Amino acid sequence: MFAYVVRRIFQMIPTMFGVMLLLFILFNWVGGDPSYILAGKSLSDQMLANIRTQLGLDKSQLEQFLIFVRQVITLDFGTSWSTQQPVSSILAARVGPSVTLTGSIMFVSTTLSVLMASAVAYVRGSLTDRMVTLICTTAMSVSALVYIIAGQYWLAHKFGWFPVIGWSDSLATNFVTYLPLPVLLGVIVSLAPDLRFYRSCFVEEMNHDYVRTARAKGLSEPKIMLKHVMRNALIPVVTSIMMSLPYLLVGALLLETFFSIPGMGREVIMAVDKSDFPVIKAVTIYVALATMVFNLLADVVYKFIDPRVQLK
Amino acid sequence: MTSETNLNDKKSRSLWALGWKRLRRDHIGFASLWVVGAFILLALAGAVGVIGSGWRDEVAKPYAPPTLFRNLGPKHVELTAENIDAANQAAQQAAQPAAPTGQEGAAAPTTGETGLSAEEDPLAADMAEAQKNTGQYQEAQVVKAETLPMGADLRGRDVLQKVLKGTSTSLLVGLVGSLAAIFLGTLMGGFGGYFGRKVDDLLMWFYSVFTSVPDMLLLLAFSAVMRRGISTVILVMALTSWTGTFRLMRAEFMKHKTREYVKAADAIGASHVRRMFIHILPNVTYLLLVQFSILTVALIKYEVILSFLGFGVSVTQISWGSMLAEAPAELLQGYWWQMVCVTVFMSILVTAFSMLTDSLRDALDPKVK
Repeated sequence: MFAYVVRRIFQMIPTMFGVMLLLFILFNWVGGDPSYILAGKSLSDQMLANIRTQLGLDKSQLEQFLIFVRQVITLDFGTSWSTQQPVSSILAARVGPSVTLTGSIMFVSTTLSVLMASAVAYVRGSLTDRMVTLICTTAMSVSALVYIIAGQYWLAHKFGWFPVIGWSDSLATNFVTYLPLPVLLGVIVSLAPDLRFYRSCFVEEMNHDYVRTARAKGLSEPKIMLKHVMRNALIPVVTSIMMSLPYLLVGALLLETFFSIPGMGREVIMAVDKSDFPVIKAVTIYVALATMVFNLLADVVYKFIDPRVQLK
Repeated sequence: MTSETNLNDKKSRSLWALGWKRLRRDHIGFASLWVVGAFILLALAGAVGVIGSGWRDEVAKPYAPPTLFRNLGPKHVELTAENIDAANQAAQQAAQPAAPTGQEGAAAPTTGETGLSAEEDPLAADMAEAQKNTGQYQEAQVVKAETLPMGADLRGRDVLQKVLKGTSTSLLVGLVGSLAAIFLGTLMGGFGGYFGRKVDDLLMWFYSVFTSVPDMLLLLAFSAVMRRGISTVILVMALTSWTGTFRLMRAEFMKHKTREYVKAADAIGASHVRRMFIHILPNVTYLLLVQFSILTVALIKYEVILSFLGFGVSVTQISWGSMLAEAPAELLQGYWWQMVCVTVFMSILVTAFSMLTDSLRDALDPKVK
């Protein structure tokens, strides 16, 4: 186990190197010369030369890449081009709201969809089951944007049940006032695909022989469902949750933008909008790191909940 | 597909023929196929300019309501030149007694004329010249429609035309993007799975790099450095979404390369490339078809979000996303039709596509008899 984890951690190094290379190619070659963006309207050769020296653009490509590597290793990405704040302090301030929002959505959505999926799978093939599947397919066909636009307009603006936008520094106020609507909309968007996926997990498990055996033993139906089927069906569920954990960091781009929640997703969108390359690079590196760690964690957790799995 | 069934049937059916037969029997799937087909025709017609080419024309009054629901929108009163004149005059009359001691300069504009004689006015010569030429530049006055089948937007453009053109853009981006992604994924997955070893290691490294960053973040990072436009969106999507196909094809090629028919092909001297793409590829194409339709739906949704955020199609192009971007401001004033129109078109297409995907998966599954 320990050897496996260590090996996996070492395997992250080339991947991380690749991500750095990808970002470097994107922002230093494809992106063109960023000093024009920074110089803005007051453009002079002197100024351009100054900016280039500051950014290290006058150095060779290899040296520039090494600078970037050093930034990644020290996790110090310099200052934001648009606000001149240190990138690390910007991102540190943005993580909290994102985790609060995305975490609540994931918690509510997963709980609801697992319960509903087990119920629907239990009556599989019935009219209810087919109706739920149909509703899910239709609900998934509408863009997330439409749910958010309509929800914000009707529930917040028209009916006045929720504040239209806002965020506060106190966690309690956020949970009581500002979070309910974004979480509700987030759950509506993610419920349908989750429900469909989890239903298929449950149905697959229920066709196994051990379910018949449990029935033959005379166990009650709730016991079969909750104790026997649920445990096995939760294996893919846990995997999919672990895989979606990096999104805690990315945050819900759209929800954060619509509801002015100062999270990571909104920061990324603003950074792309303002060509704030250091912020984009930093977020990408952090998220890539998180993804790799969570993937490893997923495999380890997988080993714990399913003893049949062999870690190679 | 054993030899016995082949003996029973006069002619052995290919997987495609069987799949087609099963799809015909599946009413929902077959109906979805028709809907998707109609949408693809629409997209092609839009691309060559037969449909929706007039989406830029301002043919109606601003926010003209849809014909059927003309009473459901907010009542908007359009001010004509006379209204504005009357309002100005009323304002003047109200202002004049109140400010009798006002300065000469402040009162001058209220007289309506510039108060300068022709000799004093430095612009007089130019104005006379311009007035002479106005006839040349006068636009033919079009009668702006009061209502349109699906309403109009802020600038009086026909929402129906916009949504048709937008459908064409969004669907083409989805189709071409996923075709390109499938091509990349198959090529790389094929080489990785077939050759293994060093080639596979290198390609797996690529794969792990691209999968360690969430799709949406990668899309945003790409679009941060590239110009806006349809071709950029397609390129970005192809570069970021090949990974699923790569994984699938790598596993399939790995499985197939040790099969007897591939060894037989090797024995008669078929080259590697021939074995990969003439022998193995046709046997896995059915997987690609399912993958293609899954990916198309995903890319259509991504395109909508990207264009909404302003990182997708450029401002001179129209897509579902850029139409939805106008929706929040319109909704606040009560103009709901553009959003509803886009939503209806999009959900019909995406529902049909998803159902078709499910049916295709069932119909082309070689294990199902």
